[in-house]
Amino acid sequence: MLDATPKKLAERTSGSMINPAKTCQPIGAMYAALGIHRCLPHSHGSQGCCSYHRMHLTRHFRDPVMASTSSFTEGASVFGGGANLKTAIKNVFEIYDPDIMAVHTTCLSETIGDDVPTIIRQAEVPEGKVVFHANTPSYQGSHITGFSNMTKAMVTYFAESQLAEKEERVNIIPGFINPGDMREIKRITAAMQIPFTLFPDTSGVVDSPMTGSFQMYPRGGVTLPELKKTGDAKLTIALGRFASSDAAETLEKKCKVRAATLRTPIGIKATDAFVMALRGAFAVEVPRELEEERGQLVDIMTDTHFHFHGKRVAVFGDPDIVAAMTEFLLSLGMKPIHVLTGTPGGALGSGMAGFEGEVKEMLSAAGISGNVKSAGDLFTLHQWIKNEPVDLLIGNTYGKFIAKAEDIPFVRLGFPVLDRSVHSYLPVVGYRGAMRLIEMISGALLDRQDRDAADEDFELVM
Amino acid sequence: MGVPSILENRQQSIVFKGRKKQEIRCETDSEAGCVSQRACVYCGARVVLNPVADALHLVHGPIGCASYTWDIRGSLNSGADLYRNSFSTDLKEQDIIFGGEKKLTAALDELIPQFQPPLVFVYSTCVVGVIGDDLDAVCKAASLRYGIPVKPVQSSGFIGSKSAGYRAACDVLFQLIEPPQPLEKDTKRFRLNYLGDFNLAGEAWIIRSYLERIGVTVNVVFTGDSRYEQIRGAANADLNIIQCAGSMHYLAGKLQEAYGIPCLSVSFLGLDDTAETLRAIARHFNDPSISEQAEALIAEESARVMPAILKYKSRLQGKKAAVYVGGGFKAISLIKQFREIGMEVVMIGTQTGRKEEYEKMDSLVNEGAVILDDANPAELERFMLEQGADLLVGGVKERPLAYKLGVAFVDHNHDRKHPLSGYAGAVNFAAEVYSTLGSPVWQAVQGGVRHGRV
Repeated sequence: MLDATPKKLAERTSGSMINPAKTCQPIGAMYAALGIHRCLPHSHGSQGCCSYHRMHLTRHFRDPVMASTSSFTEGASVFGGGANLKTAIKNVFEIYDPDIMAVHTTCLSETIGDDVPTIIRQAEVPEGKVVFHANTPSYQGSHITGFSNMTKAMVTYFAESQLAEKEERVNIIPGFINPGDMREIKRITAAMQIPFTLFPDTSGVVDSPMTGSFQMYPRGGVTLPELKKTGDAKLTIALGRFASSDAAETLEKKCKVRAATLRTPIGIKATDAFVMALRGAFAVEVPRELEEERGQLVDIMTDTHFHFHGKRVAVFGDPDIVAAMTEFLLSLGMKPIHVLTGTPGGALGSGMAGFEGEVKEMLSAAGISGNVKSAGDLFTLHQWIKNEPVDLLIGNTYGKFIAKAEDIPFVRLGFPVLDRSVHSYLPVVGYRGAMRLIEMISGALLDRQDRDAADEDFELVM
Repeated sequence: MGVPSILENRQQSIVFKGRKKQEIRCETDSEAGCVSQRACVYCGARVVLNPVADALHLVHGPIGCASYTWDIRGSLNSGADLYRNSFSTDLKEQDIIFGGEKKLTAALDELIPQFQPPLVFVYSTCVVGVIGDDLDAVCKAASLRYGIPVKPVQSSGFIGSKSAGYRAACDVLFQLIEPPQPLEKDTKRFRLNYLGDFNLAGEAWIIRSYLERIGVTVNVVFTGDSRYEQIRGAANADLNIIQCAGSMHYLAGKLQEAYGIPCLSVSFLGLDDTAETLRAIARHFNDPSISEQAEALIAEESARVMPAILKYKSRLQGKKAAVYVGGGFKAISLIKQFREIGMEVVMIGTQTGRKEEYEKMDSLVNEGAVILDDANPAELERFMLEQGADLLVGGVKERPLAYKLGVAFVDHNHDRKHPLSGYAGAVNFAAEVYSTLGSPVWQAVQGGVRHGRV
């Protein structure tokens, strides 16, 4: 069942994808734009794009996802989408009344060459309302690139440096993570009593509480004044090179706010690095609360290390999350022997080292040789696993096909998760997130051990 | 937010039964800037063809269109499952500039020997339509090289609505169908094609079993759990029955024109429609044994499910339902089906319903019910609240909207978990409606610790 993947590895040169481990830029841009308070994302392309993105995000977050579309028709594709976008801007403010409209492009509008900034300038935007845009051609990068581009657009459009001296405040760019993770990053920063701006911030938007009424614009999201003030903060921490660095570096160039790029704080090392970066920059003490959480995490790691040690793992998904997760797996004594992302290695001219280099360095430091690939697909990952089996698979929902075909325990992590709920509310970042990950991993491994145990080997205490 | 305003241009797409006479505006393009629940041409073609289980479905375009449609349909299969994998040419910037034909050829040359499919569909996406790749030529050449049909699907997203995608899919299916085998004179065979069932949750299997029980053979289902071989032989049937008319009417028309196969519009949703459909098929074949067996089946199955239906009906009596689905056919059946379990439909809308379908809906609903075409979430919210709906029937994007309003929900689209067709489906439907309306979770919605109400 569901096993069309042959074991025999053959060279693939056509550049086609079989069972992708990425999707396209616009959905990342849409997700980032949802992280601005009272912002309506707008898809400048065919209706299907917007419909698919909303559907995918809705399935992952199990919350309403609002976005409008330019509804391209054949005419728009011949004569350009300018008229559609102008009509859309007028209609959106008339009927949906957002404060901000975030336009992203699609492969269609990029290919026909719509000049979106000019169209926006010519459009009737009501007094006090704002329209901004990001170019997100679907034929470059991945959804992570789209998230990065929209986040960067927030900086290029809104950040201002108004004060002579920088303020004691940190900008944190979280990357393409769940609102539960964003809440945890805010909690940690607040616990250290450092003023901060997290952007984009989808907490309170796509994990909004049930109140019995539908809020088109829930309470969450970074506000426009907060985005403007990012230019006066003294430091920007970009969490994840692929989703966040570009915006941080743009802010550094534009407003001279120092930029520091760290790993997504998944696992003990990456969380330590985040906490220490805050502590170092703001000369604050790490509160007892966080010290205690860290101690609890270490306690759990020692209590359970024999469950994990030496277990072989395959991990796939978005590059920032996968790199950080690989580091954490190594901290637990596990062997991540197959590591794959669908996102291409690094944008041209970005100065970023490739994903493969980063992960291979970690593996070789741990004395592990493994398969590492960017711009890969799940067909490749499946073939690797057939040739070198693993004890655990970690990745998004699409991993379930491989997990079933190969009968491997499976932990769901990343985007999208379409077949389980609650994941978007609870963190995997920070010390508490690391505890949760250990619970997920050990639960999967030990449930499997119980399932497969002969009666005489079936143990009560594990 | 308060009650959202209705855009002036949208007012003609919303009518109230019994108020001033107004014809609904439908089958038009959406307004730019609407939060439309509609999709595109590619989406329409993809959902129709995707259940062809042994085909290799190659999406020619940037990655997104393949990613979002990877195994989303919930169409079950009996064996072949190549269709549950996702194939894309993953077009990059270079391909957009220099054309994607070379990459498509390379992809076909890599994938066909690897997976040995009997049939390949190559879907055109938006950019492919703009950069002008000659899909026909590339596919034809590959077809000659490998001796299998490699069929281009003209489904660039912007060339029309989802319905245009249905037509593009039907065009391709029709091309695959071969002229019928000659019949010996006076041969009596009761053989039909079942159009417009995608075997969600195994629904086509239920209908196939009913038809077999009354002595009718299902030649091929379009397209739930279908295979290339079956599709080729579709002309060897005496009748086409169409369930999802929106997607399949066009193919039935072409089959009638080319091979003289008559067609019947049917519905297997709800007890009455299922019984009426079985009788209509029997009438068509005009054979006493089929009629007898159909009556026997109707009596037996009705008796089997009636106690459950009545039990649910007694508990659901007087509740109000809102319906927002893709096509008009399903909407019409749902009005009747709700009545069978004691409920009234107070709001009904579709993404792509046709004028005659809206007329039918209007004739079925009670005074005051609202009927809407291509509604946006703000309108759905407003009319669900105004009409006092207790339940919404819809698809994936409507579910969380209903929940946020504290309104119960049943998925009648790709995310359905149980078959909703036939007699078994009628009970499942009633059970789902009851389980969501009767859940204690709605009681928690009213509370709140902040104001001391728990």
